[in-house]
Amino acid sequence: MIPHQPLSSPHQHGSAALDRVMIAVSIALIPAFITHFTLFGWGIITNLLITIPAALGSEALALWLRRRPILPTLADNSALVTALLLALILPPLSPWWLLVTGAVAAILFAKQIYGGLGYNPFNPAMVGFVVLLISFPIEMTSWQAPLVNSDHPLTIIAALNWVLFGELPPGILFDSMTMATPLDHLKTELSLHHTISEVRTDGTIFGVVAGASWEWINLAILAGGLWLLQQRVIRWHVPVALLGTLALISTLFYLINPEIYADPLFHLGGGGAVLGAFFIATDPVSGATSPKGRLIFGAGAGLLIYLIRVWGGFPDGVAFAVLLMNMAAPTIDHYTQPRVAGHQRGEMHR
Amino acid sequence: MKLNSRKLWNFKGGVHPEGHKSLSNSSAIKDAKIPSVLVLPLQQHIGAVANPLVVPGQRVLKGELIAQGEGMVSASLHAPTSGTITAIEERPIPHPSGLMDLCIILESDQEDRWCSLNPIEDPLQLDADAIREAIRAAGIVGLGGAGFPAHVKLNPGAHTEVDTLIINGAECEPYITCDDRLMRERAESILCGIEIMARAISAHHILIGVEDNKPEAIAALNRALQHHKQSRIEIVTVPTLYPTGGERQLIKVLTGKEVPTQGIPLDIGIVCHNVATAARVEQAVVHGRPLISRVVTVSGEAIPRPGNYEVLFGTPMADLIAEAGGTIDQQPATIIMGGPMMGLPVTDSATPVTKTCNCLLIQPVQPRPTLHQPCIRCGECAISCPAQLQPQQLYWHARAKEFDKVQDEHLFDCIECGCCSWVCPSQIPLVHYFRFAKAEIWSQEREKAAADIARERHEFRQLRIEREKAERAELMKRKKAALAKKKKSGVSGSKESIAAAVERTKAKKAALAAKEAKAATEPSAPPTPPPDATENRTDEGEQREI
Ligand code: SF4
Ligand code: SF4
Repeated sequence: MIPHQPLSSPHQHGSAALDRVMIAVSIALIPAFITHFTLFGWGIITNLLITIPAALGSEALALWLRRRPILPTLADNSALVTALLLALILPPLSPWWLLVTGAVAAILFAKQIYGGLGYNPFNPAMVGFVVLLISFPIEMTSWQAPLVNSDHPLTIIAALNWVLFGELPPGILFDSMTMATPLDHLKTELSLHHTISEVRTDGTIFGVVAGASWEWINLAILAGGLWLLQQRVIRWHVPVALLGTLALISTLFYLINPEIYADPLFHLGGGGAVLGAFFIATDPVSGATSPKGRLIFGAGAGLLIYLIRVWGGFPDGVAFAVLLMNMAAPTIDHYTQPRVAGHQRGEMHR
Repeated sequence: MKLNSRKLWNFKGGVHPEGHKSLSNSSAIKDAKIPSVLVLPLQQHIGAVANPLVVPGQRVLKGELIAQGEGMVSASLHAPTSGTITAIEERPIPHPSGLMDLCIILESDQEDRWCSLNPIEDPLQLDADAIREAIRAAGIVGLGGAGFPAHVKLNPGAHTEVDTLIINGAECEPYITCDDRLMRERAESILCGIEIMARAISAHHILIGVEDNKPEAIAALNRALQHHKQSRIEIVTVPTLYPTGGERQLIKVLTGKEVPTQGIPLDIGIVCHNVATAARVEQAVVHGRPLISRVVTVSGEAIPRPGNYEVLFGTPMADLIAEAGGTIDQQPATIIMGGPMMGLPVTDSATPVTKTCNCLLIQPVQPRPTLHQPCIRCGECAISCPAQLQPQQLYWHARAKEFDKVQDEHLFDCIECGCCSWVCPSQIPLVHYFRFAKAEIWSQEREKAAADIARERHEFRQLRIEREKAERAELMKRKKAALAKKKKSGVSGSKESIAAAVERTKAKKAALAAKEAKAATEPSAPPTPPPDATENRTDEGEQREI
C-alpha cells in the first residue's frame, strides 16, 4: 500500500471500488447457496461456517506476519470471495480439517506468499481445490446425495457434529448419504463400455439436461453470473469464450458419436463449467487483461475443460483448466496488446 | 448549412463522469471587477519567455504592450487595465512545479483607459501574413488549456496544404462551461474569428465539434451561421464522452484520422483551435484588441454563486473567488485550475488567472484515502484509455522505476487525461505515477545531455593538447634542423638564409592553419541546450488542450 499523493489530477473518481466489486461477487453467489441449501440441506452451510473464518483468519495471520495493515486489507473482501467459492466447490458436509486445509492453501500459499491480492499468479480457490483433490482424493469425491434421494436428512446439529467431530446419528453411515456426481458416474460407466443412452436412464443421478439437482444450482450460478455482467462487475469475454468453446467442441464430438460423447447441454449444465466461466476464470488477477487476451483465455479454458473431462484422469477439469490458463496468461497478455493510438499495427516498441 | 450530415468515428476508451455543468451554465458571462493589483507572469504560454518592455514606476494604458514575445514560438503580453507598473519580481504562478516565476506587477488606477487601437475594416481582405501578424501582435495563445501561440499554429508553411480546420467546442471536462457560454453569447464573434483563421491557412473544410450536452450552444452557432450564407463552416454535434475535447480524440471523432505519435495534427493536414481562441482572433483582427482577458468558469460545490466571468489576466484567484461569493461559510476549500479530470491544484490563492486558466474549481476539502489498494489487473484502465495504453503495465514499471520499460509501453503517448485513475477500482493514482516517471526520464535525459557535453568538451581538450604538443615538437625539430644546416654551411649564405626564413614562415603558417581548422571543429558553445522546463511544458501542454 502506498500513501496517496494528494496533489495530482484527476480530482474525482468513478464509482468503482475494489471492496464493492468483491461484495457484488459475493451477492451474486447467494442464489446458488440458497438453491444448494434447498436441494442438499445443511452441508453448504457447514462448509461456509468453516471456510469463511478459516480464510479470513489465514489472511489476517499472513498480514500480521508480513506487518501489513490487517483490517483495511480484510475489508477488500477478496478473502471472503475465496471462502465462498471454496465452500461451493468442495463437497458439502466436508470435515472441518479439509475445509481449513483448503482455505489455508488458498490464502497462504496461493496468495499471501506471492505478496497478497494482485500478485498471485494462480486463482487461490483453484489452488486450494487442487491441493485437496490430490491430497485427499477419497474425501474430495464423497459428494452428498440430493435430499430427495436421502432417507434421513441431517439436522444442523447432526451436520455440525459430523463436520466437527466425525460423528453421525446412530444407524446412519456416511457412505449411505453420498452418491457419485453425474460427471463422475458418467466417466465410470463409459469406462465400462456402457453407452450414454444406457447410463442416462438412471433418473436419480441425471436430471433434465445434466445432473439431477446440480443443474438447478448451475442455473442459480448462471443467474448470479448474468447479474454480474449486467452490473459490469465482470466483462463478457471470458464467460462467452469459455462456454462457447465448450459448447462448440462438445457439439462436435456429440455429432461424431452421441453414444460415447455427452451432449453439449450436459457439459454446460453439469459440473463446474458455469461457475468457472463466470466466477473463476473471470478472476482478473490471475487471468488475461486485454479483451482479446480474455477471449483466448476463456477459449483455452473451455477447451481444456473438455479435454480433461473426456480424456483426463479427473471427472471435472475446471480447476486444472483454469490453473493451466493462469500459467499462460502473461504470455497471452504479451501478444494481445491493442494497437496504441497513433502507432502503426505491429509497432510494438520504440 | 449542413447539420450532422457527417459520419462520425469513435476513439477507443473514454469515460462518462458526471457533468455538473448546470451549476454554472445558466447565468450569463459577467465582467469580473478590476483588481487593485494584477500579477502578470511573463510566461503564460508554451515557448520562450516574453521580454518585459516596462520598468517599475511606468504608467501604462489598457492594451499597451508590456512584454514582447521572443523568437519563433512565444507570445506577447499586454496591460489588462490602465495603471502603474510597481515591480517585476518572482511570484507564485500556476504551474505543476509550484515554483515562482517572473511576473510584472501592475497596480490598477481603476480608470481602465484604453490605449489607441487599430481596428481593421475588412479583415477578410487581409492576406495570410497580415492576419498572422495581427494575431501575433495581440498575444493570442490557445485558450483551450494548452496555451500554444495561435499564430504559430496558423502558419503551416508554404508547402503544406491544410485540409481541415477543426474548431474545438467539445468542452468535455466536467464543471467547465466557459466555452458553452461563449458559444451561446458570442457565436457571431466565434464564426468571424473562424473565417479569419481559415483564411490564414486556406483550409478546405471547417468543422466545429460540439458535444451534444450543449444544445443551446449548438443552436446559437447555427443561428449565427445563417448570416454566413457562403460559409463552409460545418457545425458537428459529437457524442458526450470524456475526453472528446482532447485534440487527438476530437480529430479522430470528426475525421476518423489518427495523429501519428510524436506528430502534430498538421502532419495529417489538420489544424485545431479552440472556440474561445476563435473569438479572441476576431477581437484582435477586427477590433485591434489584444488578448487581455478571458472567460473563466468559477464552479464547484464550495461556492454559493458559480458562474462565468470575463476576467482580466493577472487577477488573483482569491479576488475571483470572492466575486463568486467566497467559499460557503468561509470553509477551507481546495482550488483547482481547470477541470476535475486534468486540472492543476493551486496551493496559493494569490496565484493569478492566466491565459490558460479556463476554470477555477472550488471544492470542499475532501479527506483523501491515504492508502490505495493493489492493482488487481482488472484491465478497466486499459479499456478506458483513449490512447489505448496499458496503464496497469505503465504503473507496474513506473513504480519499479523501470524507466526504459515504461517507455517501451509508450509512456509518452499518455495524455494524462485521467480516465485510467478515474475507473480504477483500487483507486490507484495512476496519472501521478506517470507524471513522476515522465519527470524522472526528462531529468535523466537532461543529466545525460549535460554529461555528454562535458565528455565531448573533455575529449576535444585532450585532442587539442596533444595536437599542440605535436605541433610544437614539429616546430622544434625544424628549427633544430635549420640551425644544424646553418652551422654546417658555416657562413650564412644569403640564398640559404632566405630559404630557411621562408621555410620558417611556412611552418608557422601551417601551424596556424592547423590551429584554426581545429578551432572550427571544436564546439565553442554546447551544440543544443539540454531540454529545459519550457520544453517539457510544450509536450505536456500540447496534449492538455481539452
Ligand atoms: S484499473 Fe486499477 S486495478 Fe484495474 S488493472 Fe488498472 S490499475 Fe490495476
Ligand atoms: S492518463 Fe494516460 S494512461 Fe491514463 S487513460 Fe489517459 S492517456 Fe491513458
